[in-house]
Amino acid sequence: MSVLALDRVTYTYPGAVTPALSDVTLDVAPGELIVLAGGSGSGKSTLLRAANGLVPHFHGGRFAGRAVVAGMDTREHGPGELAAAVGTLFQDPETQVVMGTVRAELSLPLENRGEAAPAVARGVEEVALALGIAPLLDRPTDELSGGELQRVALGAALVGRPQLIVLDEPTSQLDPVAGDELIAVLRRLGEDFDTAIVLAEHRLERCLPFADRAIAMRSGRVVCDGPPAEFLAWACAEAPELATPGARLLFGLGLSPAAGVKAARSALRSRGLSVGAQGPSPGEPRRPAGEAIRFDRVWHELDRGPAILRGVSLSLGAGERVALMGRNGAGKSTLLRHAAGLLRPTRGKVQSAGRVALLLQNPTDYLIHDRVEQEASVGALATVGLGDPALRGRHPRDLSGGEKQRLALAIVLDGAAGESQEAVVVCLDEPTRGMDRRRKDELAALLCELDGAVLVATHDPEFAAAFAQRVILLADGAVIADGTPSEVLAGGTYFATETARILGGVGGALRPEEGIALLTAGSEVPA
Amino acid sequence: MSYRRRASPLHAARAAVGCAYCLSLLVAALVLSAPVALGAVLAAIAGAAVGAKVGREVRRAALFAIPLGLAVMAINALVVRDGLTVIMRLGDLPVFGQTDITLEATVSGAVLGARAVALILCGALYTAAVDPDQVLGLFRRFSFHSALTATLATRMVPVLSRDARRLAEAQRCRPGPPPSRARLVRAATAGVLDRALDVAAALEVRGYGAARRAPRGGAPPWSRHDLAFSASAVAIAVLAVGGRVAGLLPFSSDPALHAPVRAGGLAVAAGLLVCALLPFADRRGIGR
Repeated sequence: MSVLALDRVTYTYPGAVTPALSDVTLDVAPGELIVLAGGSGSGKSTLLRAANGLVPHFHGGRFAGRAVVAGMDTREHGPGELAAAVGTLFQDPETQVVMGTVRAELSLPLENRGEAAPAVARGVEEVALALGIAPLLDRPTDELSGGELQRVALGAALVGRPQLIVLDEPTSQLDPVAGDELIAVLRRLGEDFDTAIVLAEHRLERCLPFADRAIAMRSGRVVCDGPPAEFLAWACAEAPELATPGARLLFGLGLSPAAGVKAARSALRSRGLSVGAQGPSPGEPRRPAGEAIRFDRVWHELDRGPAILRGVSLSLGAGERVALMGRNGAGKSTLLRHAAGLLRPTRGKVQSAGRVALLLQNPTDYLIHDRVEQEASVGALATVGLGDPALRGRHPRDLSGGEKQRLALAIVLDGAAGESQEAVVVCLDEPTRGMDRRRKDELAALLCELDGAVLVATHDPEFAAAFAQRVILLADGAVIADGTPSEVLAGGTYFATETARILGGVGGALRPEEGIALLTAGSEVPA
Repeated sequence: MSYRRRASPLHAARAAVGCAYCLSLLVAALVLSAPVALGAVLAAIAGAAVGAKVGREVRRAALFAIPLGLAVMAINALVVRDGLTVIMRLGDLPVFGQTDITLEATVSGAVLGARAVALILCGALYTAAVDPDQVLGLFRRFSFHSALTATLATRMVPVLSRDARRLAEAQRCRPGPPPSRARLVRAATAGVLDRALDVAAALEVRGYGAARRAPRGGAPPWSRHDLAFSASAVAIAVLAVGGRVAGLLPFSSDPALHAPVRAGGLAVAAGLLVCALLPFADRRGIGR
């Protein structure tokens, strides 16, 4: 018997003309881990919301077809009743944690079900141990980091032992290490408790190796449903934006795409395409003409707290594009705030050759006007690709996520009124959160076109490889690596692209195209 | 909003007991008027704050409460015409008219001010040392949905203040003149509505819509700290009310000041202090 069965489900949001889900039919068996792929607006989130009953009970709209979750028809049972069978984890942990302490947060779903105090205590204890959050139980939720909050939210989704868990981009705010840990926990849940998992993600390379099935969606329809290898073969042929870097590498070499580093290496070896163990070749260091910004032994020490930055010294050349990477809490955002003058160093100094523009994590915070054209000048809008007059008349909050991001970038790039003061450094803090690959590629292209130096804090090695000329790795407030993308991203495990991991860092190849060129060059390929 | 679980006997006590303890100090501040007794209550609150390791939070509240108490005293001295002992003649003042400051009005104002300070500090002690989630859990027995709504309102305060900080930071990143306050308020309001929708959706999928009342029973056993603070709360209330009823702490300020310090009164004040602080002496099993 399936845990989730959708039978010809079609759903249209209130006020919308086109349906968000069109004639969707699928079954999810107990213990299955299913990855839901698709671009922004393809219907992934709506499908998850149809599974937990928010569609149609919370959002309203027109619903046709039948969705049955653990034997309950979602038309007859609301999200409150379905919560006993379905656990849900959304993208933003901040808005799904509602209680003051972790213990209270984990207790809430069980208390809602009317469980007695001993059963609540036991459930909380078990889920805390399973997720490794027992030390957090008495911590206030507003003190937790993003990764910790996401784990707590996952705990709240799991505490009632649901048969099905639906997750909407749960790793988008996590660093690679925390993201991998979360995926591993999900895999274990399926194996240990037979919990079915439906996971919507953009960074497919992270979760496809652990998946039983992958479902691709486009315009609200299921366009592919099969095992990961089958899905990747389809993606390489039909939807390249959904193909993982490893799949693109294999496909480019004429091999059948495989999910995961291990399978890809095996495929390469089977064709005699394995490369020898060789460290990354150092790239040619770029010598920028002038200096755009300099951090001189910058410390940021919290009053009665730890030091967030510990004597950071570095400089960016004019027009240089730099990716700043590191775990959550490594000090990336703090460094960007120092660059823009939002914070002052407790020791050391920051000197820039002119204005520093900073785009923080949430672009919506920048939007305060009623029309797009009021937010930034025509020139700045054109620079970020929002020059369309029809777009300029729209309300900023009605724009898509990617358009909001670009509008916020236009706002910070725009010179002060009447001064046309161009930014010499543009800093962006995690600009790719929740972005699909097409939008990431567009952003990378846009950053490459900017005149000023670019400093981007990101967790996404693929994005860093796409735009950066230099990568700086921070750990515990100090610079631990600073070099060309090939030097920094080819040799690591977590902060490495999938291509680099498959090739073991050989030749410093980071992107599939570079890997294909390396493997087909002949010299390093033992045929 | 400032609750943090700390290794202290008061934090180790259950919320109901913590509430009762703070309430007993509040009752003592309300029913006793003799300066020596109010002084003992204030000292008890300060000592409890130190014992519960929330001295900083209570001191922060005191920075607001003490000026307020002084203002109450000054206004009372200026406005109240009772009392026979004139200590200052201010003559004919606008608004106040002929104004004589009397010792009685000044002292009664000081008592009112000290009481206000005690009430505020008691509130600060409660906020910093009693788990709000547990308190709301107590109310859930009577009205589950109301209690959860109150929890959410409490939770939204730090979330929204973080949002406001973020919004302010983003506006600092905008080049050019800062936007008008009205425009910022509109933007913040739109953000709050988005937040509220997200939180409502999260609550729905946590089963809030189908919330049922938990069966009774199964409460954790009473710890030594539960017992000690319960006994302390009862003793403080009995001493305060008993002292007042027995007239051990007389105080009047009209027509003349009458606040004799007798052995019985001193015993009540000392008893209050000892009863309030004694539970903090036992520090076994306070960590978690």
